[in-house]
Amino acid sequence: MLGRLRTFRIAAWLGWQIESNWTDPFLFAVYSIVKPVAGAAILVVMYGVITRGDFSSPLFSYIYLGNAFYIYVGAVMAGISWAVIDDREHYKTLKYIYISPVRVPFYLVGRGVARFLTGTISVMITVMAGLLFLNLQLDLGTVNWLMFISALVLGVVMLANLGLLLAGVTLLIAHHFFLIGEAVASALYLFSGAIFPLDVLPDWLRPVGFAIPLTYWLELLRRALVGNVAEAFPTLSNFSNTQLFGILVGLTVGFGLLSTLIFRWCDHQARERGLIDMVTNY
Amino acid sequence: MKEPVEVSRPYSAKLFLQTVIARAYPRVIGAQRERSWMFFDVFLPFLSVSAYVFVYRAIGAPETYIGFVVMGGAMIAFWMNILWGMSSQLYWEKEQGNLALYIMAPNSMMAILLGMALGGMVATTLRALVIILVGSLAFNVQFALVSFWALLGTFLLTMVALYGMGMMFSSIFLMLNREAWHLANLAQEPIFLFSGFYFPIKSLGFWIAAGASIIPLSVGMDAMRQLVFPDGPTFGFLDVRIELAILVILSIGFILGARYLLAAMERLAIREGRLTESRR
Repeated sequence: MLGRLRTFRIAAWLGWQIESNWTDPFLFAVYSIVKPVAGAAILVVMYGVITRGDFSSPLFSYIYLGNAFYIYVGAVMAGISWAVIDDREHYKTLKYIYISPVRVPFYLVGRGVARFLTGTISVMITVMAGLLFLNLQLDLGTVNWLMFISALVLGVVMLANLGLLLAGVTLLIAHHFFLIGEAVASALYLFSGAIFPLDVLPDWLRPVGFAIPLTYWLELLRRALVGNVAEAFPTLSNFSNTQLFGILVGLTVGFGLLSTLIFRWCDHQARERGLIDMVTNY
Repeated sequence: MKEPVEVSRPYSAKLFLQTVIARAYPRVIGAQRERSWMFFDVFLPFLSVSAYVFVYRAIGAPETYIGFVVMGGAMIAFWMNILWGMSSQLYWEKEQGNLALYIMAPNSMMAILLGMALGGMVATTLRALVIILVGSLAFNVQFALVSFWALLGTFLLTMVALYGMGMMFSSIFLMLNREAWHLANLAQEPIFLFSGFYFPIKSLGFWIAAGASIIPLSVGMDAMRQLVFPDGPTFGFLDVRIELAILVILSIGFILGARYLLAAMERLAIREGRLTESRR
């Protein structure tokens, strides 16, 4: 176990160096902040134009917080799966990682930590900007912190599992590694109700949203942060917080098992087919 | 240290044209051969478009905005092509060892960039048309075309300015190393915001919209929206004729800038010996 933790720690340090040492700290900070804030600003402008700046509406809190916490999805999932591409295609070191005495899944999850950290800073800045400039209906004094932290931790574990699943698939493909991660993130963005209540989706698409753990994760985060405001939306109003936690735990465990199985299968296939040191230049 | 000798390239219109065609060919033909890429190039923007359409529906926006989003989603394909297929291209060619071959060959680098631009433009236009078609059918977008030729002219002028910008950026990005990747990555959401891909740029206020007009897609898209949507002129930032004049100025400026920077990059690369250097 100690060896696995050491692998995780060293991989996290390595990931941080790769993510941050390409420029000076100031430019890195700007880079880490500008993208998510600009993404949030698009929604703010869209919302502001149509509602003539009614930022005190519960719908704005729903959209804004969903979008802010969705930053974790790209950060954690892509952080883990991208490590395969970085090490295999760019640095050409994946083969050395594989022959060293480390557990590859722990290494890959460790590599995702850097993006998790930058993602956390982006989420905090986005939420703070909402509080300071956009009248976001969030009172830090009334936040259910225990529920918030529990949901956040559970969600990050769930996202790490999804990242590992994608990393497994990435081991087998030469093409489309950019696109598959992006497709999954975009599909989850659309179907999880991150930026609009699921009731807006056509009836036949809603079941997809209900099958995704992210839907319940985002709902729990909103309920922990803005309480009754989030519960006002009909999509999941029939579920209590305990039920939502139960569903999220169940789906996280389910996806965790699925990710482990898929990663093991893909890992085995990649070894058998000699894909570990594949360089496609694609 | 002895100064490197600068060799001027012989100019031949025939060679220039051949180079343009040769570089455009893999862009057009190769892109069509990889069918799964076409699927992703249409499918991914469509997912984003759908998400923003549902946001507008959730907040009760007028239907015109749905059309704006569909058009914005289609035009994003061009911006992505500029970032990853033009600006970063010479950097990638350097990483893969092709750039030295381009430089050694007796052709014009401008012709290579132009070929990349034309090939990318044709391949991306096909994708953008499919996104517009699918988006319009899925979300029942209503068009009211004022003049087909005015629309075509505006689109082509936007493309000239945009790909001129891409040609200029490719020289700048080449002098960067790992920063090139990060800068291309950074130039997405902020540009989506300031170019008004999902809303009229008029919404940003006059001065911000005026500043954003340095990006050809901002004014080009605003002009095209005025020409194809029933309420388009209501949401327009400037008169279409003024926007066309801005696009002409941008086109000239970016193409001259590309030529100047390309020459500067070549001089710098020869002097410092960094042309084929790959820093990881």
